[in-house]
Amino acid sequence: MINLNAKTPGVPLPEQWDAYKAGCKLVSPNNKRKLDIIVVGTGLAGASAAATLGQLGYNVKSFCYQDSPRRAHSIAAQGGINAAKNYQNDGDNVFRLFYDTIKGGDYRSRESNVYRLASISPEIIDLCVAQGVPFAREYGGLLANRSFGGAQVSRTFYARGQTGQQLLIGAYSAMSREIAAGTVKLYNRRDVLDIVLVDGKARGIIARNLVTGEVERHSAHAVVLATGGYGNVFYLSTNAMGSNVTPAWSAYKKGAAFANPCFTQIHPTCIPVHGEFQSKLTLMSESLRNDGRIWVPADKSDAELIRQKKLRPEQIHESKRDYYLERRYPAFGNLVPRDVASRAAKERCDAGFGVDSHGRAVYLDFSDAIERLGRAEISARYGNLFEMYERIVDDNPYRTPMMIYPAVHYTMGGLWVDYELMTTVPGLYSIGECNFSDHGANRLGASALMQGLADGYFILPYTISGYLSHEINTPPIPTTLPEFHLAARDVTDRLARLKKSGGKESVDHLHRKLGKVMWEYCGMSRNEQGLTKALGEIAELKAEFASGVKIPGGLKEYNPELEKALRVEDFIELGSLMVRDALHRNESCGGHFREEYQTPDHEALRNDDEFTYVAAWEHQGDAAPEMHREELHFDTVKLTQRSYK
Amino acid sequence: MKFTLKIWRQKNAEDKGGMVTYQVDTVSPDSSFFEMLDQLNQQLISKGEDPVAFDHDCREGICGTCSLYINGRPHGPLKGATTCQLHMRAFRDGETIYVEPWRCGAFPVVKDLIVDRSALDKIIQAGGYISVNSGGVPDANTIPVPKPNADSAFDAAACIGCGACVAACPNASPMLFVGAKISHLALLPQGRIEAERRVRQMVAAMDSLGFGFCSNTYACEAECPKEIKIANITRLNREFLAAKLAAEKEQTGGFAI
Repeated sequence: MINLNAKTPGVPLPEQWDAYKAGCKLVSPNNKRKLDIIVVGTGLAGASAAATLGQLGYNVKSFCYQDSPRRAHSIAAQGGINAAKNYQNDGDNVFRLFYDTIKGGDYRSRESNVYRLASISPEIIDLCVAQGVPFAREYGGLLANRSFGGAQVSRTFYARGQTGQQLLIGAYSAMSREIAAGTVKLYNRRDVLDIVLVDGKARGIIARNLVTGEVERHSAHAVVLATGGYGNVFYLSTNAMGSNVTPAWSAYKKGAAFANPCFTQIHPTCIPVHGEFQSKLTLMSESLRNDGRIWVPADKSDAELIRQKKLRPEQIHESKRDYYLERRYPAFGNLVPRDVASRAAKERCDAGFGVDSHGRAVYLDFSDAIERLGRAEISARYGNLFEMYERIVDDNPYRTPMMIYPAVHYTMGGLWVDYELMTTVPGLYSIGECNFSDHGANRLGASALMQGLADGYFILPYTISGYLSHEINTPPIPTTLPEFHLAARDVTDRLARLKKSGGKESVDHLHRKLGKVMWEYCGMSRNEQGLTKALGEIAELKAEFASGVKIPGGLKEYNPELEKALRVEDFIELGSLMVRDALHRNESCGGHFREEYQTPDHEALRNDDEFTYVAAWEHQGDAAPEMHREELHFDTVKLTQRSYK
Repeated sequence: MKFTLKIWRQKNAEDKGGMVTYQVDTVSPDSSFFEMLDQLNQQLISKGEDPVAFDHDCREGICGTCSLYINGRPHGPLKGATTCQLHMRAFRDGETIYVEPWRCGAFPVVKDLIVDRSALDKIIQAGGYISVNSGGVPDANTIPVPKPNADSAFDAAACIGCGACVAACPNASPMLFVGAKISHLALLPQGRIEAERRVRQMVAAMDSLGFGFCSNTYACEAECPKEIKIANITRLNREFLAAKLAAEKEQTGGFAI
């Protein structure tokens, strides 16, 4: 039976983190040397955790599937990182960032974790600057800020359109320093395929060396999962090709609860789908909404002509354009949160106003901004994004408005964690996008980077010491224990089974099918009928997968098809859990929009009386998973209908 | 569109390897180069053959995972783009396209088009960082940084570590990669503190890992997908010389020789 005790300190919100730190047990330097910690993943959360734990003197073993830790998908984050610095003197403070995050998340996150995140945010910027992260600056030499969706202050720090890259290089560099110092040992090109529990505690992992195919055992006193999100369950997403749920899914199968799996973020500004062989979608940063205006033709006939390429957007007169976000949400305009902007785009396209050849795109127009600020300024702000767009679409956004459409981008759901970021499995931690903790039902822009680094640099290193202080007398965990043997055998058997299954279809074929089901029934809007249908279709897909997939190549060699098969097998199971979660949550909140539950003007309609809780799912073998509730208590923030009007 | 592909196939590091010819038809001009290779691989899989292994991940030009010589050029014919940002509209219908892995002694082939670039990580481990711990640092606005310096530091820090500079260089020199990191950190006041130590250690690591020396062919700058400037190599040389003189000065009791 799972215990969902959040372990929130019993003092007023603003004092909680200090109180926690004051009471937290420490491990002395001579004992840290004797303790091993495995960190899986080297994105912002994983690399910052590995670097910091290494600095503290623990023995860290860091794993990534990429050839280098610097390539983790945090690198692709574009827009920026939020921090309550109030450098702009525009009325920002910790409480406001906390409040915006809770509200943006549609009141489905835990107050204590979010408040801590907001209060740590300024320290992150200080550290990154000290590491040499080249944030944008003003001519006076001080740091520049920009605005982001869901906020009325300017609190986003950025490095052109490559903020994630620069922050990740900072964390990667810090980790590289520890690798040189010998406190972090790097295991690259490894897929983590199972979590090993000994006497109920997480004590290690089973990894596959992607180059040799060898199944390896690694042990530690604690295991940290920083493996990112599971957006690739939709096949097409803005995630990297290799992003996967496998380590988190293994943890779920070993008893870690999976929280709010259906909370998925569909990002409003991505490059539209072009065709059947498309392998991924590309994001155009939310920061573009600072200066770009979103519109579709006001007349359906104009939209039709545009779709047939008989009319160009520049030819449509101002009065014939529908700036629908500005029309519907005058207070926030183009800067409404992501879920709201995405649904509004879908609504216009469903109504027949879409502008690309498939009718699934809207315009993001910079002509006003170019007129106001000049092309040079727009280029300085968004130059690399414009180039990226032009390369993919073969059209110049300085002249013609960009075409954009929503795409799967981020998953708010993830492994359930308490205030200490520990899952329901003792000694197993989850940080960054991999956990569910801070963003509720919708994440605000520029908050993922903040959370990843807060977890890795500043939270986990404290909280894990409380756990490890009880482990100082535990000698290194031998990988010869029967638990390791069993887990390694399970993995070996699974690999052999997949390889032998020998069906007709390739893994990609089934993955694409799964993606279509998920996008259709568990995407931007959901309803009971569709979700029920999806459950059936996913069960069929599972059976089809089990009856065999075609995997060429051997087990003991570099075999990308085998890697994909493992990932897709887990995605199929996860898809089923997401649908189940979406089906049970009879309300709309944030990114979870159930068509049955909406206000008269089509906004998400929450049901706070029945659903102010985190749904944490417990694996039950072949039986249906069991749902547990962590009731959410809002002592500081008053629950209201979110309004950006 | 239709293409004839001549692709380097090599089972593993020990295998000798060689070029193999493939045909792909019905390729959309809007497909990326990798989507075209995906299509080829789906053909190979359906025939029960081993698909072509290549490195790729973000497919949006930022992670630096992708590589490939395409028609003899790192990342193919487009200037300032990675292979994953290359679309088939950049080629002629019916064209024969040659695809090979990076060729460099310090980047051994893992399989087919995949090479091992961990030598670049080792150069960073030798000093490509600022030695601060998490916590206890001053407020971010305590030290103003002139905007031009911050911008130039960013331009250098935009390097994605893909190794195209090494692949383009006739001497397989990573000077552009190293120069970019040296510049990024040397241009910032936070990075100046240990600038001398950093440049000495990174150059020593570069020399020990089997890379060649720079002979100013500028091929790296021409092929860099992030358009990192050769001026970074100049700055590397200047920083290295200054560090060397400073070290000698210290040894000889304050007199530069």
